[in-house]
Amino acid sequence: MSNLIKFKIDGVECMAEAGTYIIEAAKKNGVYIPTLCNMPNLKPKGSCRICTVKINGRLMTSCTTPVADGMEIESTSAEISELRKSIIELLFVSGNHFCPSCEKSGNCELQALGYLYQMMVPRFPFDFPVKGIDASSPKIIKDQNRCILCKRCIKSIKDAEDRSFFAFRGRGNHLEVVLDAELASTMTDAQAEEAMRNCPVGSIIVKEKGFAIPIGKRKFDHNPIGSNVKV
Amino acid sequence: MSKKITIEPVTRVEGHGKVTILMDEQGNIQQSRLHIVEFRGFERFVQGRPYWEAPVLVQRLCGICPVSHHLAAAKALDVIVGAGTGEGLTRTGEKMRRLMHYGQFFQSHALHFFHLSAPDFLFGVDGDPAIRNIIGIALTNPALAVQGVMMRKFGQEIIRATAGKKIHGTGAIPGGINKSLSIEERDEFLKGADPLNADKMVSWAEEALDFFKKYYFANKDFIDNFAFFPSNHLSIVRKDGALDLYNGVLRAVDADGKKILNDVDCQEYANYIEEEVRSWSYMKFPYLKEYGKEKGWYRVGPLARLNTIDFIPTPLAQAEFEKYKALTNGKPNNHCLHMHYARLIETLHAAEMIRELLNDPEIMGDDLVTKGQKIKEGVGVIEAPRGTLFHHYRINDNDQIEMANLIVSTTNNNEPMNRSVNFVAKKIMTGKEIITEPMMNAVEVAIRAYDPCLSCATHALGKMPLEITLLDHNEQVIDRKRSH
Repeated sequence: MSNLIKFKIDGVECMAEAGTYIIEAAKKNGVYIPTLCNMPNLKPKGSCRICTVKINGRLMTSCTTPVADGMEIESTSAEISELRKSIIELLFVSGNHFCPSCEKSGNCELQALGYLYQMMVPRFPFDFPVKGIDASSPKIIKDQNRCILCKRCIKSIKDAEDRSFFAFRGRGNHLEVVLDAELASTMTDAQAEEAMRNCPVGSIIVKEKGFAIPIGKRKFDHNPIGSNVKV
Repeated sequence: MSKKITIEPVTRVEGHGKVTILMDEQGNIQQSRLHIVEFRGFERFVQGRPYWEAPVLVQRLCGICPVSHHLAAAKALDVIVGAGTGEGLTRTGEKMRRLMHYGQFFQSHALHFFHLSAPDFLFGVDGDPAIRNIIGIALTNPALAVQGVMMRKFGQEIIRATAGKKIHGTGAIPGGINKSLSIEERDEFLKGADPLNADKMVSWAEEALDFFKKYYFANKDFIDNFAFFPSNHLSIVRKDGALDLYNGVLRAVDADGKKILNDVDCQEYANYIEEEVRSWSYMKFPYLKEYGKEKGWYRVGPLARLNTIDFIPTPLAQAEFEKYKALTNGKPNNHCLHMHYARLIETLHAAEMIRELLNDPEIMGDDLVTKGQKIKEGVGVIEAPRGTLFHHYRINDNDQIEMANLIVSTTNNNEPMNRSVNFVAKKIMTGKEIITEPMMNAVEVAIRAYDPCLSCATHALGKMPLEITLLDHNEQVIDRKRSH
């Protein structure tokens, strides 16, 4: 208990063990900070920037910043909410996200954040990038139209020898997450399910099981994202 | 000097189009065309997508009858996943789909009758256009307007309970369905507070039919002679000849009732039906191959269905069917405006079917999906409210769609709609220099009888208005009317 430190999120007193990343510390205190790339038990990368908070006037990613004694964190101010909304909108316009026919709809974290931050009409022009679909794997489909390059799949879906099924390929605008064709042929059903579950959008889809969950039973049908964190 | 009349847009139809009527120097009608002026391309952009996405993706063709596209696509994919050609699903799977479909029929037919067509019957084809609409009905006959709205609501609630949403749900999946009905949902439809329960819907469907029949017998000459012309008729029928809107074999009869397509397997449709492209419309012209473009065109929809079937498998609708058939001595009915009569008999049948399905305990079962040996190609054919709907998909080794062909109900009615327009135009516009609003509406009444969905028919995205244009013999525009 001696490691416990005090800090504030939006003026509310919180406590956590020293060294805990802000996003986790907030969660333990019933405060939801959104993320699209961070996952429990994986080293944080701060790649999606949705979890950005303001500490002492500086913008920091809460998944990579450890909480410190006396720290005052700003997470729900108009400025931070607007910043997060902008990031969500940019993610939408830089891909081809057609929620009406996407089977991840209702379970999609990006879509859920769009609703949470009340994204109405995008203010940025659509890119409409030409993207492909890799359907050659026996278990999953990798739809590049919907990929937000969060790296969750790269970091979390590995075989028994710790080799990742997914990897980055290309640079800049051409950067994409691809599936290792050789390893993909050894992917188990459980790994395929986990890859789809970990993907925050509809970029990884398990084959031939589409739309099995009826509307009304999907993750975000009744409660907005983050509801399970709030106390 | 010859003229070209343009009616644009045609109103109180689903989607947008225009009519052009060409007159010669003596004022005789040379040619009339219904143009569908928008293009969509669903058949193209579904290519490359995983096959199980198709029922959810292609239903976006339409906001009025998405269930028809949803189910036709799912039926095609049933074949692909080895779940058979309509009879291979689990009993709960098939019954839930049927319930969804009859709910869709009920709401779509109610929408067409009460919102789109009834204003013509209540106020007359030449009635004041300011009140010749659903608002006019609400002001002058509020009980009827409420009935129309609530019947539609009941059908939409059935769709919500079976597909998850009233519009663009996800209920049907390849090989079955993703949910069954809960006992609470079932009871709500069977015992719900007045008027939203199945018994009330059956009695209201009977009342709507009585309303039309009264109008019919008071205006028999007009109804019988408005756009009357012989044609072939096509639909699916149950193997024993019964009306079956969800599954069956393809049957076509000629104007005298002779079977010209004798109960063929829907998977073989491409051997019997071909589509012609004409330069002036985005909507194709299907016809029966064996009889060629000139003689092989046919009608689909309520009129056609009641011409192809032998009987209706629900008692109240069957009794009405017998009276209806007696009007033409058992022969095919070729009266264009009898389409409304047929549609209301089907509405009654849909209400009876909904009640029957709700009383079947299998609707609450938990065996939802079946699959077998996967194949590469499948066809799904269903009777949509507006007529026979064909969905045909082929997939590649990676489960992606590589070919899609859709023949939509309204497309099947393209030639008859054009002929109806021509018939009415000749009758009422010959020798006339100025197009009056009642003349325009008469042309629209002919089109409206088919309850066309023009956006479906071109598989188009976006808004579609309709207009009528009058041209001279040099194709110079003399007059043009456009509605919004």
